[in-house]
Amino acid sequence: MPMTILIIIFYALKEKIAAFDIFLNGAKEGVEITFKIFPTLIGLFFAIGLLRSSGIIDLITKIISPVLNFIKFPSEIVPLALLRPISGSASMAVATDIIKQNGVDSFVGLVASVIMGSTETTLYTIAVYTSSVKIKNSRGIIVAALAADITGILVSILICKILF
Amino acid sequence: MLNLLWPIFIVVSIFYSILSGNIENVEKAITESTESAVTFTLTLIGMTCLWSGIMEIASNTRIINYLTKIFKPIVKFLFPEVKEEQKSFKNIIMNIIANVLGLGNAATPIGLQAMSELQKNNNEKNKLSDSMMMLIVLNTASLQVIPITVIAIRTSLGSVSPTKIIFPVWISTICAAVVGISLTKILIKVNK
Repeated sequence: MPMTILIIIFYALKEKIAAFDIFLNGAKEGVEITFKIFPTLIGLFFAIGLLRSSGIIDLITKIISPVLNFIKFPSEIVPLALLRPISGSASMAVATDIIKQNGVDSFVGLVASVIMGSTETTLYTIAVYTSSVKIKNSRGIIVAALAADITGILVSILICKILF
Repeated sequence: MLNLLWPIFIVVSIFYSILSGNIENVEKAITESTESAVTFTLTLIGMTCLWSGIMEIASNTRIINYLTKIFKPIVKFLFPEVKEEQKSFKNIIMNIIANVLGLGNAATPIGLQAMSELQKNNNEKNKLSDSMMMLIVLNTASLQVIPITVIAIRTSLGSVSPTKIIFPVWISTICAAVVGISLTKILIKVNK
């Protein structure tokens, strides 16, 4: 981060532009953007807080683990796979826990790390991006994004099986 | 989409917590979730303003010209609607770069600026345009070259080789991105 900032400011000095005035213009827009997405954040954090605290994720994990075991999907990874698209902080907490429980350099620990590194919080991203321009019709974009997530998770397991 | 998912999340969670006698936890989570949304927004507002400002400077220097040259073919392929002289073209390039560099805090504000620029040229204001769909999918794919956060966690947990995951992360990211982008191209054609 500091290096990126340094390079940008260096160019601003070199080209003698009014760096601080331009900075203020940009920063002002930042305030507007954040306030626009605040209601979305409250709504999402609330619903995801409920999901996590109710224990329903554990129940779903128990139900679908046998099915996923059939395709050699490690059951330790199931809660992470379920939470990853909906909550960044929750999936980070779960991933850290999985890595701690199974060992940071164990197979499961590596899979959890690769999943965290190669996927994003899809639902949050879609909600924030669409609500920032107040758009309701998202033309089924969630299907493409979730398919990408599932691909990412499956490939993470597969590549770890091949390499480690 | 969220009009469907959001109520389901709430009803199922509360219903299940009553059945499993877990209602106190849920009660606590309700207050905690609003608090954490506020804390998160406060952190976000600082970083968003800082990065919006820094990126505004960058887009006024010649850096943006160099980067445009490098990224033009990719952006042209993914966003055929967006013209090079439009402000959204710059925003999209900056957003991709912030994602690739792993500057998540910078990527979101620039991405949202790109959204509001794209909305100006959107014919149906209540519907995502083709370019908006592509931008969202790119931002749901984790494009960063070095997964810094995960490496930091692995280091803190005492891994013997915290960076061992970089190559598998690349493979996995590329596969996910290819699937996401292809499906979006299909959705754009099918869901007019």
